[in-house]
Amino acid sequence: MITVSGICKSFKVAKRTSGVGNAVKALFRREYSEVAALNDISFSIAPGEIVGYIGPNGAGKSTTIKVMSGILVPDQGTCTIMGYTPWLDRVAYVKNIGVVFGQRSQLWWDVPVIDSFDLLRDIYNVPEAEYRSNLKLLAETLDLEDIIRTPVRQLSLGQRMRCEIAASLLHNPSILFLDEPTIGLDAVSKIAVRQFITRINKEKGVTVILTTHDMNDIEALAQRILLIGKGSLLYDGDLTTLRERYVEDSQSDSPSIEDIIVRMYKEYQIT
Amino acid sequence: MKAYLSVFRLRLANGLQYRSAALAGIATQFFWGFIIIMVFEAFYNQSPVTPPISLSQLITYVWLQQAFLAFIMLWFRDNELFQLITSGNIAYELCRPSGIYGFWYAKLLAQRLASAALRCLPILIVAVFLPQPYRLSVPVDMATAVLFIIALLLGLFILVAISMLIYISTFVTMSAAGSLLMFGVIGEFLAGMVIPIPLMPSWLQSIVNVLPFRLTADFPFRVYSGHIPKWEALEIIPLQLLWLAALVAIGKYAMGKALRRVVVQGG
Repeated sequence: MITVSGICKSFKVAKRTSGVGNAVKALFRREYSEVAALNDISFSIAPGEIVGYIGPNGAGKSTTIKVMSGILVPDQGTCTIMGYTPWLDRVAYVKNIGVVFGQRSQLWWDVPVIDSFDLLRDIYNVPEAEYRSNLKLLAETLDLEDIIRTPVRQLSLGQRMRCEIAASLLHNPSILFLDEPTIGLDAVSKIAVRQFITRINKEKGVTVILTTHDMNDIEALAQRILLIGKGSLLYDGDLTTLRERYVEDSQSDSPSIEDIIVRMYKEYQIT
Repeated sequence: MKAYLSVFRLRLANGLQYRSAALAGIATQFFWGFIIIMVFEAFYNQSPVTPPISLSQLITYVWLQQAFLAFIMLWFRDNELFQLITSGNIAYELCRPSGIYGFWYAKLLAQRLASAALRCLPILIVAVFLPQPYRLSVPVDMATAVLFIIALLLGLFILVAISMLIYISTFVTMSAAGSLLMFGVIGEFLAGMVIPIPLMPSWLQSIVNVLPFRLTADFPFRVYSGHIPKWEALEIIPLQLLWLAALVAIGKYAMGKALRRVVVQGG
């Protein structure tokens, strides 16, 4: 369903040391350095999988998600998702995916949530009957009935995030990209979000790719994890194998998932 | 198409709720209108030669400028769009199965229409009943009125196409201030917002006439007052269509270019 091979992406970053003197120098000659955000990333994902995409800050997780959702054009490599190349067939392709960027908002700030939803219905051209039934299901499972007529600016972060996730699923996408969906959420909201992700994966067969720093998310959701560090893919496999690999040299009998990840980061020297 | 209509409706509904802003705007525009008219009145009283546009036509010009300010001002902007670009929230717009150009165009158009809808009627109605010489004259016949409406709407479409270029330039500059100021000051001068175009020296007029800016404001207003006769208006309306097509084509091309190399930073 998703095949990514040999994706590279580097960014040009303007460089200069502090101080007025250097700032003046930079007026005439600017130095750039190339930062390789992604370096030869390849993997493939089958339909119906939930894949956890992890790595330290700045590893390239969000960049990969942006490439896969057609927002960024990579320097090299190919990516085929459901027969499309995301950045070339953007408009045809994005009908099939839903994206949630945990740090950004897609809802209109000043109007009730339902207005944003109605707009999305028209943007994606969702038939009215399908839209009604999707909305009903989403409102029930994400507990949105009471907040759907409230302007977005008056919602709490957890309420807003639940609406954001619902907004990404109104058009029945077959792939869902979640970039840090649980960032800043309290325990109750986190669990609600996790249960919901499991449910749409089971009931609708939605393929989910999820980045997060909360290892409990990964443990609760993902059968398979991809570890990325400094732009390279370092591990691709299931969580139990990983646990077994690191369980021996640990002090306690059952190390927490956080321990394991920290150990893994250390081994690959990516912290 | 449905998506564009939908965002248009939502933006329109959203824009119509700012009542106190509209009231304040109306007051400001009356104030400005009177000051500008008084300045021109003083000039006209002292003028030794017959001016190229009559005072009553000029007064009509000024009132229409004030009433349709939202249609013709380039500095009238949507900060949301600028934020979208500079903060990276454009990521979400890029995940939608619709062209961003059309989507933003609909948004900007709705915003200007909403703002004008709240302001233009009160200003026009009051200005029609003002004592002479401040009165806004009505069009001489139906044909003039129809031509005016066509010219005004086409002018609005051209203006939104020009303002799209400001937003697209933000992809490169990352700050709206520069292009907004440049487009705003130069564009409005060339549209006859500072000095009505008939009063400009002829060398300047010949420059202004080859640019699209005057088609957004000066042209419809002079059609209204009859300063541009009907047959001439019919000749210029195709030119408006031509400019509109050219500006949209340029905007779409530039946006395609900008999006190819867009970098969504952070997070």
